Amino acid sequence: MAITHEASPTSALAPNASRRRRRRTSALPVVLVAPAVILLAVFLIAPAIYAIDLSFLHLKITGGLLGTGKPKEVWAGLANYLATLGNSEFWASLGRMVIVAVIGVPATIVLSTVFALSLDVKRARLVGITRLAIFLPYAVPGVVASLLWGFLYLPATSPIGGKFIDYFGSTGVFFSVANVAVWGVVGFNMVIIYTAVRGLSPELFEAAELDGASELQIALRIKLPLILPAVTMVALFSVIGALQLFNEPTTLKPLANAITSTFSPLMYVYAQANINNDIYGGAATSFLLILMTVGLAVLVNVVGRRISGRETK
Amino acid sequence: MSAVTTRVRATTAPAGNGPAAPRFRRRPVSLVPTLILIVGALYCVLPVLWILIASTKTNDELFSTPPFVPQFHGGFLSNMQALFGFNHGVFGQWALNSVIYAIGGGVLSTIVAGAAGYALGKYRFVGSKWIFRIIVAAVLLPQVMLVIPQFLLLAKFGMTNSYASVILPQLVSPFAIYLCKIYAEASVPDEIMEAARIDGGSEWRIFWSVGSRLMMPALVTVFLLQFIGIWNNYLLPYVMLNNDQLYPLTEGLNSLMIITGGQSAQYSIVVAGVLLSIVPLAVLFLSLQRYWKIDLISGGVKL
Repeated sequence: MAITHEASPTSALAPNASRRRRRRTSALPVVLVAPAVILLAVFLIAPAIYAIDLSFLHLKITGGLLGTGKPKEVWAGLANYLATLGNSEFWASLGRMVIVAVIGVPATIVLSTVFALSLDVKRARLVGITRLAIFLPYAVPGVVASLLWGFLYLPATSPIGGKFIDYFGSTGVFFSVANVAVWGVVGFNMVIIYTAVRGLSPELFEAAELDGASELQIALRIKLPLILPAVTMVALFSVIGALQLFNEPTTLKPLANAITSTFSPLMYVYAQANINNDIYGGAATSFLLILMTVGLAVLVNVVGRRISGRETK
Repeated sequence: MSAVTTRVRATTAPAGNGPAAPRFRRRPVSLVPTLILIVGALYCVLPVLWILIASTKTNDELFSTPPFVPQFHGGFLSNMQALFGFNHGVFGQWALNSVIYAIGGGVLSTIVAGAAGYALGKYRFVGSKWIFRIIVAAVLLPQVMLVIPQFLLLAKFGMTNSYASVILPQLVSPFAIYLCKIYAEASVPDEIMEAARIDGGSEWRIFWSVGSRLMMPALVTVFLLQFIGIWNNYLLPYVMLNNDQLYPLTEGLNSLMIITGGQSAQYSIVVAGVLLSIVPLAVLFLSLQRYWKIDLISGGVKL
């Protein structure tokens, strides 16, 4: 990678003789880092650049008035982007994703935080077994979880009242999809937050305990503000996860008429590239989604930092 | 909350006989958090329990018997036979493929991440800062969005529809490298490396017999994360593969559902497949739980 060589002058510090000798004699770190750098370049950076390149091209039929020649890739400028931004189905898929996210993301954050704080309450019982149980769905692949819940939703087999509740109706389907996603990730996020809670020094709340503060007060007033960085990270994971919504609706699609092949933005990209064979438009849509994801990630980070910054002051 | 705990104390203390009473007074159960945990556990376990029970039913029983009552009329065996007999035993092939993808990809990507993390965490060399910056930026890049460009790129070299097309793109995980770098910095002391150098150990030897040992908890965690990630991955094989002999379980089960989607006569086969794809992973997972260092991930927040 060309970028790596430009940084050489900066690393020529370090007065320590032994260190200098080590750097001169050992090629080991470069050898160790090489596979990662090569793979990163080939499978992340190259596809990203390739996608950006494709997003500015489109096919043009050339050769004669009848267009019998081979189609040729020509510069399209922003046409693909404008086409995506002008497509109402793209916005509809974004809208559906937002609805699922508005249901699923707060549910994930609240449930995993409440479970983590409950686990840490001194006199709570059954802590070990319930923690394991809540973590269990993480071991279930998203697709398999969707099939599993599909049976639970399906009127013919549903043990949870599928005969009376329309889990695949035009409103219900959003809750059904969000529920599968929440079910899959809540345990993992709980463990992340629980680890943060366990990392707090007991001295922080011993004084409050002596002063007669209840467990609820300790959890909400002392523990919660201190674990906000971990909660922010869970929020970040959840938001990014929502943008990548694909597995659950794709798997539930054969069961639910309300799920179209462009239900979520990523499904839209897939349909564009693989069903309509418009790889150029698909690349443009992908790149738009990447921009949105990075933008949202930065936003969640900034907001999270501001909240936890204010709380700790 | 205190109201709840005192109420519990008031009701349980008299109930306890002589010697047990003081113990109750000292450690009353916090009712609300315990109830919350029980409800959460039921929410997470009942669907899996339902699939376990459903797998004991023949297809007719699936629709006619109460949902949480297992049936013992040979339904389980006939479901398994139907599943493994389906399409000349393709289910077994899917399971094998999942194992190949997850173990192969998991081991290789852990080695890649561990080596890179150690180099970035313990050495400063030409470009090390830049490489690390690019990796941190790549953590934010949603890899799922790159699947279609990856497919197009591999298609140019005729590499799609192969084991390699599923494993190769998953070999590099910026997040795993990041975790390994942070862990190497914190857990491999310079003093030990220096002492080993004075004893005449080569850099490679130090990495192999000191660094990698000390990094073992991080490596196990990264391996499990990668294993699960690859096992659960659906989009990548979905895009890369069109030969059902190469499908992993996720892909295979979904195709089974699509094939049988119209005809509910086949649901019990899918139920059996779903069960079989959950159980091994859940067992592996729960038994390895103690080797997990998820706090590594929490520690990773402070970017």
